[in-house]
Amino acid sequence: MALSSIWVVVEPSNGALTTTSLELLSHARSLAADVRAITWGEDAASLAAEAGEFGATTLYDVGDLAGALPGVPVASAIAALVASSAPDAILFPSSYDGRDIAGRLSARLDRPVLTNATGLTDEGGLVTEHPAFGGTLIVKARFTGEGPGLIVVRAKSFVVSPTEGLAATVVAAAPGDAGAEGAARIVTSHVEERTGPKLEEAAVVVSGGRGLGEAGSYALIEEAAKLLGGAAGASRAIVDAGWVPYSHQVGQTGKTVKPTVYIACGISGATQHMVGMKGSKNIVAINKDADAPIFQIADFGIVGDVHKVLPALIEALKARG
Amino acid sequence: MNVVVCVKQIPDPAAPQALEPSHNLDRSGKLILDEADTYGVEMALQLVDKAGSGEVTVVSMGSAADVAGLRNALAMGAAKAVIVSDDSLRGTDALGTAKVLAAVIGRDMPDLILCATESSDGYTGTTPVQLAGLLGLPSITFAKSVTVDAGAVKVDRQTESGYDEVSAPLPCVVTVTAGVVEPRYASFKGIMAAKSKPVEVLSVADLGLGGQVGTAGARQEITSVTAAESRQGGEKHVDEGDGALKIVAYLESIKVL
Repeated sequence: MALSSIWVVVEPSNGALTTTSLELLSHARSLAADVRAITWGEDAASLAAEAGEFGATTLYDVGDLAGALPGVPVASAIAALVASSAPDAILFPSSYDGRDIAGRLSARLDRPVLTNATGLTDEGGLVTEHPAFGGTLIVKARFTGEGPGLIVVRAKSFVVSPTEGLAATVVAAAPGDAGAEGAARIVTSHVEERTGPKLEEAAVVVSGGRGLGEAGSYALIEEAAKLLGGAAGASRAIVDAGWVPYSHQVGQTGKTVKPTVYIACGISGATQHMVGMKGSKNIVAINKDADAPIFQIADFGIVGDVHKVLPALIEALKARG
Repeated sequence: MNVVVCVKQIPDPAAPQALEPSHNLDRSGKLILDEADTYGVEMALQLVDKAGSGEVTVVSMGSAADVAGLRNALAMGAAKAVIVSDDSLRGTDALGTAKVLAAVIGRDMPDLILCATESSDGYTGTTPVQLAGLLGLPSITFAKSVTVDAGAVKVDRQTESGYDEVSAPLPCVVTVTAGVVEPRYASFKGIMAAKSKPVEVLSVADLGLGGQVGTAGARQEITSVTAAESRQGGEKHVDEGDGALKIVAYLESIKVL
C-alpha cells in the first residue's frame, strides 16, 4: 500500500526555509504523491515558491505568532487540520522548535513520536531508522495503531533535490486559542555573530575539545578554521564549560556535520560527539592520548599535544599564503 | 516555591551497553542518576533557596529495586523523591512516560517543573514538552539560564543563531541544558541526611493508568537492530615536531589544500 500523504513542518529563517526543511520536503516527495508543508511567522507568500520547488503542493500558514514560542500554536493549528483530514505521517526537523512542535502535537493527538530518525522508507508502511549507542547500531522502528506517525528527523539525513514544481498554494491555518499552554513569550532575541561559512555547510570543520585546556586556546581552533576556509566547532564538554556558545557544538545534542574533512583537536571522542561527525568524508584527529576513541574512526591521527601541533599547523598554513 | 525535577536512573553510560532480545535497553546492571538531571536538581535547589521557602521534589519512573540515583539527588538537597515502579512499565515510550509523570505531578501542582533537555540513554527529547501538554502548562525548552520573579519564570533559551529571552507565568515546565549551573557534589552531611529522606514508590494502578503504558501503550515497535557500517581508523603518527607538516601533506592528498 503506497503512502498517500505526508506533511512536513518547514521552519522559516530570515525569509527562507531551513536546509533541513528542504531535506524533509525532498524526501517526502519520494515517498508520497501528496506533500504539504506547514510554516509560520514569516511572509508565507514568499516562502511558497521555495516550498513548491521542493515538492509541497500546499503551504499551511499559521501566521504571525505575536512573540509566542512556536510549539503550542503550530501544534494546535496542525491538530485542527488533522481533525478534518489526517496524513500518513508528519515530519519535523530535529531543531529546538521542531522538537517542541512534535511534543505538543503528540500530547494533543495522543500519538507517539519517533525522534532522531536518520532514515525513512516505505516498506508496506513507514519504517524509520535511528542510530543507537553512538551510531554503532541501526535501529529500525514503525508505528502501530491508527493515526498519523509523528517523526522528528535529524539534519543531513536526506539529500536536497528541487523539482520543476510550481509555488505551493498558501492556505491560512488558524492556531486557535492556546490558553495557558501558549503563555510563553519571547521578550528579546539575541544574535551571536559568526563569521565564515556556517558550521553545517562548511567543507572544512576544525573542532576543539577539553584537551585545549583553557578557553583562551580556542582561538587556535578559530584561526586554523579561518586559514582553511572552514568553520570552528566544539565538543559538548567545552560548550558546557562555557568556553564557546552552543551554536558551535557538534554532536548528538548539537549539530550534525558532514564536511570534506573534520579536524578534531583535543577531542577524546565521546559517542555523544561522534554521532554528530562520523559522517564526515575524512577525519583528522590530534590528541595526546594514543588510546583516545577518536583514533578508532580517524583516517589520519597525530598523537601529540594540540598546543604544539596547532600553532605549527597555523604557521604552515600561513606560509602557504 | 515548590519545584519538581524529573529525573531518570540510567545504566552507567561509561559501562558497555546492550539491548535485550525484546530490544529494550538492558537496565539490569547498576543504575546511576543521569548526569543531565543533576543540572536541573542544582537549578531547583538554587531557585528554592533564593525564594526563601518551599522544597525540591524529584519524580522518576523505573525500577525501584535500586534507588541510589534518587538518593544522590536527595543528598544534593532535594527534600523527597517519588518513583513510579511497575513491571507493566517495561517498554513505555516517551508519551507514556509523560503520562506517568503528569499523573504524579498533577496530584499536587508545583510552581515549576524542571527537566533535562533529553535523557542520556534514550535521548528522545520530547517527554518534557509532552508532559507540559498533558498538564496544560506552558513550556520553555533549552534554558541556559533560569530566574523566577513575581510569579513568572524568565529563561535565556538557546536558538540556532544565539538565544532568546523568554518569559512565562508559573507554573511552567522548563528544560535545562548542561551549561545552566554547575551541580554541587553531595556533602557527607547531605549523604547521611538523604538516607532518612522519604522515597515514595507508586504503582501504575495507584495512578489509574492501566493500558496506557508499557509496550502495548507505546504504539510503536522496533522491527530490527543491525550493526552500523563501521569506520576504520587509518594512519596514526606520534608527533615528533613534524605532526603539523604531516597534516598538511594529508590535506594535500585529499585535495583540501
